[in-house]
Amino acid sequence: MARIDLSNIKHAYDAADTDESKFALRHVNQAFEHGGAYALLGPSGCGKTTLLNIISGLVHPTHGRVRIDGNDVTDLPTEKRNIAQVFQFPVIYDTMTVRQNLEFPLRNRGVSSADIKRRVDHVIAMTGLGPLAKLRARGLSADEKQKVSLGRGLVREDVSAVLFDEPLTVIDPEVKWTLRTQLRELQRQSGMTMIYVTHDQTEALTFASSVVVMHEGQVVQVGTPKDLFERPAHTFVGYFIGSPGMNVLPTKVEGANMKLGEYSAALPWAPRLKPTAKLELGVRPEFVKLAGEGIPVSIERVEDVGRHRIVRTRMQGLAVTAILPEREELPASPHVVFDPEGVHLYADGWRVEFTGGRAP
Amino acid sequence: MKPVNQKAWFLVTPVLVLVALSAVIPLMTVVNYSVQYVGSTGRFAWVGDEWYREVLHNEKFWNALWRNLVFSGIILAIQIPLGVFIALNMPRKGWGVPACLVLMSLPLLVPWYVVGMIWQMFGRVDIGLMGVMLRDFGYNYEGDPMDAWFTLILMDVWHWTSLVALLAYAGLVSIPDAYYQAARIDGASKWSVFRHIQLPRMARVLTIAILLRFMDSFMIFTEPFAVIAGGDPVFLSTELKQTVELGQKAAMSIIYFLIILALSWVFYAVMTRNDGEGGRKNVRGGEA
Repeated sequence: MARIDLSNIKHAYDAADTDESKFALRHVNQAFEHGGAYALLGPSGCGKTTLLNIISGLVHPTHGRVRIDGNDVTDLPTEKRNIAQVFQFPVIYDTMTVRQNLEFPLRNRGVSSADIKRRVDHVIAMTGLGPLAKLRARGLSADEKQKVSLGRGLVREDVSAVLFDEPLTVIDPEVKWTLRTQLRELQRQSGMTMIYVTHDQTEALTFASSVVVMHEGQVVQVGTPKDLFERPAHTFVGYFIGSPGMNVLPTKVEGANMKLGEYSAALPWAPRLKPTAKLELGVRPEFVKLAGEGIPVSIERVEDVGRHRIVRTRMQGLAVTAILPEREELPASPHVVFDPEGVHLYADGWRVEFTGGRAP
Repeated sequence: MKPVNQKAWFLVTPVLVLVALSAVIPLMTVVNYSVQYVGSTGRFAWVGDEWYREVLHNEKFWNALWRNLVFSGIILAIQIPLGVFIALNMPRKGWGVPACLVLMSLPLLVPWYVVGMIWQMFGRVDIGLMGVMLRDFGYNYEGDPMDAWFTLILMDVWHWTSLVALLAYAGLVSIPDAYYQAARIDGASKWSVFRHIQLPRMARVLTIAILLRFMDSFMIFTEPFAVIAGGDPVFLSTELKQTVELGQKAAMSIIYFLIILALSWVFYAVMTRNDGEGGRKNVRGGEA
């Protein structure tokens, strides 16, 4: 049970590399609160696995410190950090039975036999490995092996955190859902800190109460699934999360108004912006309404996804996606209206914040 | 029922021809000799199992067989652990890898007869480096059978340990990093990592290494012949060389062949018996 603090973490796999923009991790400051369920979400190569390995000590960061409960553990080896980690592909000890596999992390730490039995029984019950407990692990199927790996990650009671590195990749879709729900349930009951790395937004949003979105070696936003949807802090979050992703359109700001051709949206006040900043307007398709009036668009394609339809349109040469709720008809002369609630201004990719009182 | 096309059997012909030429025909020729008496005029006479009975009652044969088994046992007991130990300590990356691989391959590239000659010189008490150094301890492989024995074992270890090391190394580098990482997370000791990750993952290549080393050492001929040429027959192969009668030679060869076949089968069966275990068949298929 512990709190993990990462301060000013930078990492380059090639020690000779001095160009920070090419680092695997460019600048990460992040706290993981005690008992939280976190997801590290981002595309392949964004540095999420590196970050996880830095927490567990498998990778030593080029710069920065890792603290667990305030103690600097940056230079401690993995085995001294009291962290459990489950990898993407199953790792099992071939020569042992399923039960011995689960006992292994406890035996290595000299836990008493009674405690070992209690913990292992608990994990076996949770993962449903009961009928396999006495079998040699090498004969199992891939998803059974991964359950054993998961079990080994969960068997230690006193860990500071359990880290998961895309642990359900090899698991069948239907089992995946069950296992993820069980993990979530276990996290709630036990109050363990869990950090779950994934590139799948559904997985991240259903598992975590707090999602850490990473992009090109940086954390771009930390928030609840609701925050990420309603107030994407970066255009990357806008189009990486949500399906379809956010519309990002070039815009101009004149005083307290955002201009998009003839469309104009009032901002709470005139923001102070760098004159060179690249300005963009972001609006999620859920906040784009098709109507008989507004900004005229031409409809390119309509995709029926069941509960609603996704309408791909072109507005002044720019692609704009809208969502048409069930049972609504396409207007005869299509126009779009942006719901002001869902319109954001981005400067150089980052959201311009207007909440929290008037800017000076 | 679908019609069966028996013509498909013709596709096996090339293999049959190849195996016949390389194994079946030579072997049957030897079998043929082993049941006949070949006279000085080249006439053949059927003698049945006489040669076999003679060989099996020959004390020299049993002594040679026993020495062969002890020799194979000793070199396996040295080369396998030593090879694994070397493989564990070989570098995994950087310039050391090619350097190590080249150095280790050198003994394997030397022709066998030359290996024998090298050690024959090396061990000579008048001019050989080892012989001169050990002379004061009473070492003399030409006079003392135990010293000859010691020289042969040393030579075989020098010649073949790198083969075991290279095979074991190949097994080691095929272990994914995640296994070592998981072991660190699980707090496994160095011994546990060896016992539960490295050794099981090397098992297959070690099986091959043991089989190869057993068969080769059991058939050893060239090197001892070079070292102790003219001396007492030590091994089955050198004993065989000194046998004069063609029929007796053939009978001995067949017995020799059957022993190697049987022992190899036992080795293989023992070392792979665990593979099938581990529970039920995997219905959904796909080892990870």
